[in-house]
Amino acid sequence: MSLGTSDSNLTARRRKAAAFRWSCAALTSATIVLLAILIFHVCKQGLAWLDWDFLTSFQSSRPENAGIKPALVGTLWLISLTACIAVPVGVAAAIYLEEYARPSRLNTLIEVNLANLAGVPSIVYGILGLAIFVRGLGLDRSILSGALTMALLVLPVIIMASREAIRAVPPSLRQASFALGATQWETIRHHVLPSALPGILTGVILALSRAIGETAPLVMVGAATYVTFLPDGPMDSFTALPIQIFNWASRPQAEFEKLAAAGIIVLLAVLLVMNGVAVFIRHRSRKGVS
Amino acid sequence: MSEALVESLGLQRRKRLGEEGVKVVLFLCAFLSVGTTVGIITVLARETFLFFQEVNFFDFLFGTDWAPLLRPQKFGVLPLVCGTLLIVLGSAAIAIPVGLASAIYLSEYASHRVRDIVKPVLEILAGIPTVVYGYFALTFVTPVLRIFFPGIDFFNAASASIVVGVMILPMVASLCDDALRAVPASLRQGGIALGATRFEVSTRIVVPAALSGVSASFVLALSRAVGETMVVTLAAGANPKMTLDPFVSIQTMTAYIVQVSLGDTETGGIEYKTIFAVGSLLFVITLIANVIANRIMRRFREVYE
Repeated sequence: MSLGTSDSNLTARRRKAAAFRWSCAALTSATIVLLAILIFHVCKQGLAWLDWDFLTSFQSSRPENAGIKPALVGTLWLISLTACIAVPVGVAAAIYLEEYARPSRLNTLIEVNLANLAGVPSIVYGILGLAIFVRGLGLDRSILSGALTMALLVLPVIIMASREAIRAVPPSLRQASFALGATQWETIRHHVLPSALPGILTGVILALSRAIGETAPLVMVGAATYVTFLPDGPMDSFTALPIQIFNWASRPQAEFEKLAAAGIIVLLAVLLVMNGVAVFIRHRSRKGVS
Repeated sequence: MSEALVESLGLQRRKRLGEEGVKVVLFLCAFLSVGTTVGIITVLARETFLFFQEVNFFDFLFGTDWAPLLRPQKFGVLPLVCGTLLIVLGSAAIAIPVGLASAIYLSEYASHRVRDIVKPVLEILAGIPTVVYGYFALTFVTPVLRIFFPGIDFFNAASASIVVGVMILPMVASLCDDALRAVPASLRQGGIALGATRFEVSTRIVVPAALSGVSASFVLALSRAVGETMVVTLAAGANPKMTLDPFVSIQTMTAYIVQVSLGDTETGGIEYKTIFAVGSLLFVITLIANVIANRIMRRFREVYE
């Protein structure tokens, strides 16, 4: 790099630096503008269609009668079931990897595998669910098939979040427990887990909120798009919020486009509430520590 | 504690068994993730193998006609690969410059207050479901594009690329931001002390020093774009075509998989098996991308004290 000797060279370099700074700032603010446009567009399209009837009606071929009730209930079923499957397994895996695993080939395999699983496209999980749960195990296009698929999908995320929370527990806590004669599992159950709980909960909620919006795997395992009943149990067929939105969005009529927007507002509201709860838990636990 | 004493306490042995049992259960849970991978590979490989008993391997990989749902059926996957490539290139053209610029701004220039605004915005963008992005592409970006380019198809690759670019942008920005912030301040101070401007420090010292993290983030983001499904299904069309023209309707690998599974295909039919053949290709491409990203991270990482 030749150092500028004349003033004009220095001025040019300074000008270039300023231009660079402001273009970076402009591109950064472009992301904020984009988010604003997206939310504004969805609200403009959908708010007028969003009312109590929309939340409590079933799907209909007449847009003015169509509602989102079965999708909302279906999503609720799906996520609860997914959580019941994925959370215990995910947290257990995280405990093993953080507290028990010694460096060995097998454990390295698990680590590498987790890193790669996180990068597998969600539609591939859908293919897996289709082949194993829907066809292979004969669970058909049920909530259970969807939940099992979703559970496999969010498992790596839950494991990673839980590991981080467990890692943040100070070692002194464990040493104190060992010093008092507790076994490893007693230490984990009574000391490590309770103090990692807020972190784990936050991670779990964020992972599940990702699952709520996932569409592709559900399309693959065959969530229905036209459901005129509420599911009774895990073996019933179902629809879910993102599926319903996808279905409406892919219809050409303008009314269904508006319905999709109204559905999106509901979906985003659900996500907002879940994220709010996660932030609240994180905030409270931080206060508790300090 | 002597052995005899341990024996006399009695409980010791049962307790240890419990400890071991817990450990085994926990291990099995962790190992389930390996089982998932094995499951994915087995399922994909088995059906793909059956597919290749009916379709020639080279015809699939190098054929330029894709029409499995029409008669006569054609099984050349290149149009789908080409469609995916078009989306990946287009989204990279959006996400890489904007993402890197945002990351440079966040790590080199922004005050705490600005960071506290921009970071959550990026998190929100990253948390928005893909179907919502698809809706945005279809009902906002496409109409806007058609104002400027009236002749373009209603379903087109440009709209989908732009929105996929926006979708992977937060990933590029936050991974690059992490990489840039890991560069020690002393390197920047050295540059400033030698009379370099902030621009020169950023582009010739900080970014090169963080190059491993930065390029790994690019690869990861592109791999995400390859696997992206809902945006391309909704906005890019269902028209497999060998073209790099962004203004016409195309089809990606993922969009094809969705198209087939939405229809009524019987299990065991050749149409059903195409899902797995295309899915295998998708899986292999994203896996290679992820392995490359991890390699870059590990091999080219500059370690600072």
